[in-house]
Amino acid sequence: MMKAYLSRRYRLSASHRLHTEQFSPEQNRAVYGKCNHPHGHGHNYTVEVMVSGPVDPVTGMVCNLSDLDGFMQKRVVNRFDHANLNLDPSFATLVPTTENLCMEIYKVISAGLARVKLEKVRVEETSNNFFEYAGHRQNERQ
Amino acid sequence: MVLLTRKAEFSAAHYYYIDAWSQQENEKVFGKCANRNGHGHNYTLEVTVAGEIDPVSGFVVDLKALKDVIEREVIQVYDHRHLNLEVPEFRAVVPTTENIAIAIWKRLESRIAGARLQRVRVYEMPDLFADYCGE
Repeated sequence: MMKAYLSRRYRLSASHRLHTEQFSPEQNRAVYGKCNHPHGHGHNYTVEVMVSGPVDPVTGMVCNLSDLDGFMQKRVVNRFDHANLNLDPSFATLVPTTENLCMEIYKVISAGLARVKLEKVRVEETSNNFFEYAGHRQNERQ
Repeated sequence: MVLLTRKAEFSAAHYYYIDAWSQQENEKVFGKCANRNGHGHNYTLEVTVAGEIDPVSGFVVDLKALKDVIEREVIQVYDHRHLNLEVPEFRAVVPTTENIAIAIWKRLESRIAGARLQRVRVYEMPDLFADYCGE
């Protein structure tokens, strides 16, 4: 059966502050710069999800978009949109950088989305900054 | 090896409907795409080819030749057409973004001189796209 890759983009707006208790205030300012300003700031994030699988010979689909949209809305957009990322339980001890947000979203999708393979999650923080996570690929390049 | 990508655009109409299914089944699976009056999109096509750089010309492929083959094999057939009603490969195959990517791959695969087709990416909208890599 022919394998195709399907990608879909979602949007969410959230605030965050990059700060870790493991650094002194000076170290936090030195490492995170203006992202360490005490009251936080926000971004319009774009989350791009790539899944893959055989194209169903009847429907012509890798997966039903309304299922993917429903899952993403319920488990990702509703959770992070118009929220303060620092207050999300997953960032209680983890700095809500876009790298960590990308990995958290990957974890949620790979644990919860059935019937298709998650290939990659890409999170764009601004139009100039984006991060991608494709899971652990232990056997690659060995 | 170097990858080279060329973009092209076409606008077309389509609907998603399987004749063997009831109206209700079609609407359940395909939602508003099952409306037999059809609807349309501005598609963006990205064709990626792979090859070695010619030491003299500095090209992976002749861009003009690649542009012409995309124009002739895809754009002239798909642009401002109804995919279900006017494009032969979708007479019995639902023109989903996935199937459009596969169909374009088949149209181009053997017609690219001097390089290998690496990926066909079709954007139905800026937020939705499908890739086919011949797997």
